[in-house]
Amino acid sequence: MADQPKGRPDGAPVARRTMLGMLAAGAAGLAGAPYLQHGWEKVLASASQADSTGLTGLLPNPSGFRYYSIVGSVPRKDATDYELRIDGLVDRPRAYTLADLRALPQTRVVRDVQCTDGWRVPDTPFEGVRLSHLLDAAGVRPEGRAVRFTCFDGAYTESLTMEQACRSDVLVALNMQDRPITHEHGGPVRLYVAPMYFYKSAKWLSGISVTDRVVPGYWEERGYDVDGWLEGADRRGDAGA
Amino acid sequence: MTSTAGSREPTGAATRGPERPGRILRFSRAERLVHRATGWLMLLCLLTAACLYLGPLAQLVGRRHLVATVHEWSGVLLPLPSLLGLLSPAFRADLRRLNRFAGYDRQWLRAARRRVATPDARPAGKFNAGQKIYAGWIAGAVLVMMFTGLLMWFTGLLPLISRTSAIFVHDCLAWAVALVLIGHMRKAYEDPEARLGMRTGRVDPAWAVRHHSEWLEEDGGPRRRRTGG
Repeated sequence: MADQPKGRPDGAPVARRTMLGMLAAGAAGLAGAPYLQHGWEKVLASASQADSTGLTGLLPNPSGFRYYSIVGSVPRKDATDYELRIDGLVDRPRAYTLADLRALPQTRVVRDVQCTDGWRVPDTPFEGVRLSHLLDAAGVRPEGRAVRFTCFDGAYTESLTMEQACRSDVLVALNMQDRPITHEHGGPVRLYVAPMYFYKSAKWLSGISVTDRVVPGYWEERGYDVDGWLEGADRRGDAGA
Repeated sequence: MTSTAGSREPTGAATRGPERPGRILRFSRAERLVHRATGWLMLLCLLTAACLYLGPLAQLVGRRHLVATVHEWSGVLLPLPSLLGLLSPAFRADLRRLNRFAGYDRQWLRAARRRVATPDARPAGKFNAGQKIYAGWIAGAVLVMMFTGLLMWFTGLLPLISRTSAIFVHDCLAWAVALVLIGHMRKAYEDPEARLGMRTGRVDPAWAVRHHSEWLEEDGGPRRRRTGG
């Protein structure tokens, strides 16, 4: 270098090495993610216990709920104005109030909640009325082969085949983690489809309509699987599927 | 703290307009356009990321499909300005300058590590060692973000890599990128003359001699107006 004080720097290509190093780190991160994630979750769990600010909630965290909504704002409903309509290809369409639903036999299902965006909430209890119970009460006609769900956010829709809808781990849920479901989590009433990714569990449920075929729901029209079964490692704790 | 801005230096933009004679060319129009387009795309990408990821913001904004679409496209388009910039000889020349280290760059790094901020202790060519490392790091980080983002966007693209792993890397690196970009913007905020150089293309020669002492030297003597290459 001393011989040529002028001219462009011609030393080591440090920037290129930094870039390649970053790519290697990314690849290593992908390979080690399952292990790193496990350790990270433990660190977060202990950190959040000592954290009164709630800032740990912002860190990349595969466990814990995140709030998703597809519209700008969602109206709030409670026991005074909530209504769940069941109609379509049924003999006895009717509307349930929140009190009606609470009066029906309740079923409790405890599974891992798993979102397609990578977060997971282990062993989450949901409690509510089996969807099959409501369908039986309404009397599904022979041509009814699927169920379409609508929501009082005015936009979200979901679907299940009749066979999926009649599983014992598919609930019209009223409680989550043993408390009434809050507005942020889709309350007062949401769907809970335990064996599938969480986008199948429509929030703010307001309508159940029996149809003759599956009508793809909101995310499904945007590329998600219509059958949102949990796959591979995501399926842990799901002995029924 | 580790500022390299010349606070003792009378660099007022009001007294030295960008078109005043004597100012030297630092960035060509093509380079400025590349920087501006990349900056806006990055900002869009980060803001939409915040609206998708941070609970309170997500509740405020909602419209998840629209926000996700803007995020995905601003992300995949991020390298495009630089790729188009390759058509410009000035941009290609600066990529070479960013890539290669010289002896004085190691001196700059040593000074930075010892938190010595005086320009004399931190010799630099057209780009200082910090800028060189930043450029390499952010280029790699953007590529990793894009790759993991595409894995999330098109599920099943590479069945070997689980979606959960891709998301984990994407989320962790997103925080690193955000922190590094805050550092990048803080450095710019601290140095008005550097910002002026990026906005107008021209800088005060005194600033160049002080903060990029080896630049004019390596380009063949001061005052020489280079248009690139």
